[in-house]
Amino acid sequence: MSVELSDPPRAAARRRRLRVAVPWRPSPWRRPWAMEGFTVLYLIWSIVPIGIAVLFSFNRGKSQSTWQGFSTRWYVGSSSSSVLHSPALHQAMIQTLVLAALTTIICVPIGVGFAIGIDRWRSRTSGALNVVMIFAFVIPELLLAVALFLLVTQALTFIRLGTTAEVAGLVVWNLSWPAVIVRARLVSIGRSLEEAATDLGASRLGALGRVLLPMLMPAIFASAVLVFASVIDDFVIVEQLSSTASTQPMSVLIYSNVHGGLAGPALNAMATIMLLFSLAAATLGFVAYRWMTRGERTGDGTEALTSIAGM
Amino acid sequence: MADPSAPTRRRSPRRHDRWLWMGLAAPGAVWLLVLFVAPFYVMVAVAGGGVNEFFQTVVPVWNPLDWSSWNLSAVWHELVGAGAYLGAPALRTLTYTAAATALSLAIAYPVAYFVARLQSRRKVVYLALLIAPFWVSYMMRMLAWIDLLQQGGLFNGALSAIGLPGGTDWLGGRAITVILGLVYGYIPYLILVLYAFLDRVDSRLLEAAQDLGLSRWRTFWRVTIPLSRPAIIAGTFITVLPMLGDYFTNQLLSGAPGTTMIGNAIEGQLDAPGQTGQGAVLALMLLTVLMVPMVWYVVSTARESRMSAG
Repeated sequence: MSVELSDPPRAAARRRRLRVAVPWRPSPWRRPWAMEGFTVLYLIWSIVPIGIAVLFSFNRGKSQSTWQGFSTRWYVGSSSSSVLHSPALHQAMIQTLVLAALTTIICVPIGVGFAIGIDRWRSRTSGALNVVMIFAFVIPELLLAVALFLLVTQALTFIRLGTTAEVAGLVVWNLSWPAVIVRARLVSIGRSLEEAATDLGASRLGALGRVLLPMLMPAIFASAVLVFASVIDDFVIVEQLSSTASTQPMSVLIYSNVHGGLAGPALNAMATIMLLFSLAAATLGFVAYRWMTRGERTGDGTEALTSIAGM
Repeated sequence: MADPSAPTRRRSPRRHDRWLWMGLAAPGAVWLLVLFVAPFYVMVAVAGGGVNEFFQTVVPVWNPLDWSSWNLSAVWHELVGAGAYLGAPALRTLTYTAAATALSLAIAYPVAYFVARLQSRRKVVYLALLIAPFWVSYMMRMLAWIDLLQQGGLFNGALSAIGLPGGTDWLGGRAITVILGLVYGYIPYLILVLYAFLDRVDSRLLEAAQDLGLSRWRTFWRVTIPLSRPAIIAGTFITVLPMLGDYFTNQLLSGAPGTTMIGNAIEGQLDAPGQTGQGAVLALMLLTVLMVPMVWYVVSTARESRMSAG
């Protein structure tokens, strides 16, 4: 995930136009069959195992290697060990969704406000705050999780381990997504339109709400999708800050059951359902981003794809 | 990024604007100070604190003047010298991370380069497939490999089908499995960083090199690689930093004491009665080592944003 801070859409469009004149290597450069083959092999290696895991969540038997016929018993059928009926699996999935929703709702407005405030309020303090924010982006998650664990167990003991601590930690860990993405967009938008609005009589707040915010919408939306997906994926912070089994989300449940316990196709079924949630968020993000930037784009979907992946 | 055709900027914004900007930044700033800066002070206070002998619980010391070096020296003896049981995991962390990063770069660069040079529809398809693992949770990707690598699993089955010995216990504490697991886990991020950069390399430079008589390979070595050095460095950090703090990949893919890393030691001591302070010291040591690349990354990012802000 790069922190891409400088990509004015206009420059990107210009670059793209220029490149159209040069289709992929003109002769004497041949089509790179070897590189294409290598890329295809990489994609097989990266995607096929996940496909197999999804496939075996529909297996009739308990095996992970022998296909015993199609069945949905690990989703709804089995009265004890399906995702629908097993309290542990059920609970973990709900907890993941609750954490993702709460974190997104808190994190995105705070991060957007932070980005706008830091960008406009140019001072030593805002510069320092920006550096702190980037540090929060690159620090290894384990170190932050350990520090947060010690904070809530030794100092701020009114924040209980469990959902409260998890959300507090996830917000600070994900705050950089909206902050970095919105800030990059602010830089590329510039201030001229906002100033035109104030010259025409809008208040500062009015210009912010009616001119700047609509232009920031694609970036805000992209960062919301990213925060949501990244919370679903999160493991380290939630593992350190969860308390009882009832506050353990899906990732922690998979980690602690993969070698026994609930291991088996039901675990695959739960993972598949969460995969669908992530893919739904990604698709929604892609379509909405394309729609929101329909006046700016030049055709292909690469920009929308990279934007919702945080580039 | 100032538009040259824009009207001249007003240099003196109205004073109450400043309060608006500060107000907007305040919630995020408070959140960062309370839940990012303060936790590390607590970590230092725990590391410099003591232990309640009776309950074996942590006693953090808040005043810097009273900090003791007891935990620090305890950890030091665990890391070096006779009976240092943390030396091996520390060394292993370095070798695993180095091997996994080198392998990731060797795989990621050609893939990112190929997709970045593609055109139009094919590019969108390839890019979507490259980004796909990014949307699959880390745990599910590990789960998929655990299923495949089991002794009676499909991977061994495929090996015996092509005539190779297929009874290997891949999950029984093998370094190669852990290293490949780390590669599998973190390579999507590296590819995205490299792609984002290579996509912006001006193809006119490559054409110029070619027009001036360089061969394909020489163009690649003399123009593309030097141009992409910042991306290689940034991408390396993006994968190295989480790998150094990883403790779950080796637990999932091996679980044996012979493949533990420094992250396992931190996590284990944190939960062990009476050793929380030593876990904090170990975490602070890792943080100190990582400070160099992190500061480099933060400084270069801040410089880049200042340049683009004009």
